[in-house]
Amino acid sequence: MNLIACVKQVPDTEAQIKVKADGSGIEEAGIKWVMNPYDEFGVEEALRLKEKAGGTVTVVSVGPARAMETIRTALAMGAEKGVHITDLDNADAFATASALAAAIKEIPFDLVFCGQRAIDDDSAQVGSILAELLGVPQVTIVTKLEVADNKIKAVKPIEGAQLLIEASMPCVVTAQKGLNEPRYASLPGIMKAKKKPVDVKKAADYGISADFKANVAKMMPPPSRPPGKIIQGDDPAVKAAELVKLLREEAKVI
Amino acid sequence: MNFHLTEEQRMIRDTAAKFTEDVIVPRAEEMERTGEYPYDIMERMAGLGMMGIPFSPEDGGSGGDWVGMHLCIEEISRGDASLGGLLDVTTCVVAQELQVFGTEAQKRKWLVPMAGGTEIGAFGLTEPGAGSDAGATRTTAVPDGDSWVINGTKQFITNIGFRNASLVIVTAVTGGGTGEKAIDTFIVPKGTPGFRLGKKYDKMAWQHSATHECIFEDCRIPGDHFLGKERKGLSQHLAVLQTGRISVAAMSVGLARACFEASLRYARERVQFGRPIYQFQAVSFKIADMAMNIELARNMYLKAAWLKDNGLPHVLEAAYAKLFASEMCERAASDAFQIHGGYGFMNEYPVSRYFKGCKILQIVEGTSEVQRIVISRNL
Repeated sequence: MNLIACVKQVPDTEAQIKVKADGSGIEEAGIKWVMNPYDEFGVEEALRLKEKAGGTVTVVSVGPARAMETIRTALAMGAEKGVHITDLDNADAFATASALAAAIKEIPFDLVFCGQRAIDDDSAQVGSILAELLGVPQVTIVTKLEVADNKIKAVKPIEGAQLLIEASMPCVVTAQKGLNEPRYASLPGIMKAKKKPVDVKKAADYGISADFKANVAKMMPPPSRPPGKIIQGDDPAVKAAELVKLLREEAKVI
Repeated sequence: MNFHLTEEQRMIRDTAAKFTEDVIVPRAEEMERTGEYPYDIMERMAGLGMMGIPFSPEDGGSGGDWVGMHLCIEEISRGDASLGGLLDVTTCVVAQELQVFGTEAQKRKWLVPMAGGTEIGAFGLTEPGAGSDAGATRTTAVPDGDSWVINGTKQFITNIGFRNASLVIVTAVTGGGTGEKAIDTFIVPKGTPGFRLGKKYDKMAWQHSATHECIFEDCRIPGDHFLGKERKGLSQHLAVLQTGRISVAAMSVGLARACFEASLRYARERVQFGRPIYQFQAVSFKIADMAMNIELARNMYLKAAWLKDNGLPHVLEAAYAKLFASEMCERAASDAFQIHGGYGFMNEYPVSRYFKGCKILQIVEGTSEVQRIVISRNL
């Protein structure tokens, strides 16, 4: 089986994010970068399928030079090769999906995994656009997957229920938490990762322009929270009455 | 001059950090309290190749280097210093001794499974009458035909009580009868008749580390269990202990980081006199010192490991790293306790565990005093 896992490098969930003074993006100095956690589920699922049914796993990433480290992490986990498209900084979902689609079209593929969204821009669009560009079915936000007879059966949770969706292959699956527990990159895997082939490409190699359809005009930190109010007093009944009054008249929540 | 880690070293560190946070940190308190051996965690560490980082794949290892090994030890020790000790003894001391001084057959038989982490190693140097004075060893090995017969007692032997501990490398006095004293090293597999374990020690901390006395009574081992060169046993052992010192430095940095992180978190949250106690210099200066000492100690152990990777002498550097790191770790643990006030005395706060665990780092692989002897003799 030819399996593709799309990965994005994002700031660590523990990283303290500071917005640049000019609002053009975040301060990158001192940020620890990691593989988007939802993409990790996709890589893990691809590796498990390969281990069960044979085949190869190719990781594809759009991102600056530092994103190579995320590709290497996937290779250290067990993927065979990588494609890195390097010059689409701040690309929107459409340009990212276009670059991924162009790269993936050059590789035979049966199943393409994406994270259901990236934890940095939270756009949750790339997987779906990619499926459209590849002209294949998509199942998004998948928590369970079975592959048999050139078809997938995927479970997708919805409000109060689960859907069992069948789709023909090739197709795109976007991975949700719960799909699996991603493995750690093993240390022998880490040592071997550098010897695995990674194709470094420019967007122009695929005829993709950096003229994006959507651009982030400005990035602003969330407004700081106003300080809390402590109700003083000794009598709990009086304090409770005061609390109810404030919740109703000031906070207007009851 | 270049202070950058390689991509592989960074990835080893990051994997170990993630593993520690996900798997070890949530279990650390329970392991210490119950004293149950964490075989499931050890198995996962082995599966990730942590016990064999500096050895070649042919020797069962991961194909990395000593810098990577010690970055891993630091991260693991941040979660649980005794698991750092497992790596120190198994990989840096015992497996290395097999790798450097073992015959091809010995390496195939014992190094490969140890580097792969399925088997754990122990080394037996210390005796009731031979601690810092390792030359005072009284355990004897007497040749008898094609075998050796060992008699004596080794104490405080880390790792040997684990069910997958395969062997202990012991130092013993040979040359019996000739009046000429020499110390040689021998591989004694667990299960050899005449070799039994004494009781598990009841320790101040690290209850889940399997430390026992090893007793040898007419313990007969084949001649091919002799390790390395004749009359060189003690110096072989001391050579790999040099790496053990770098490891204890890395363990100390890991434990000091745990003290630092707990202190910073607590000091920013704990309000007294109307403000977080971090705003009092008596508290924040202690934490500033921790941060500085951690960085200095890390730089020193990384330098020692780098020298080792590059085949350069590092006797002094390993001693500096061990001495400085273990002493600053004790200070960090004590200050972390002080910052936590009465909570630091409560077992439900991790700093009480850190405080109990820090002292041994100034003892193992050569006490602080021995480090000062090593340093002063090499000036």
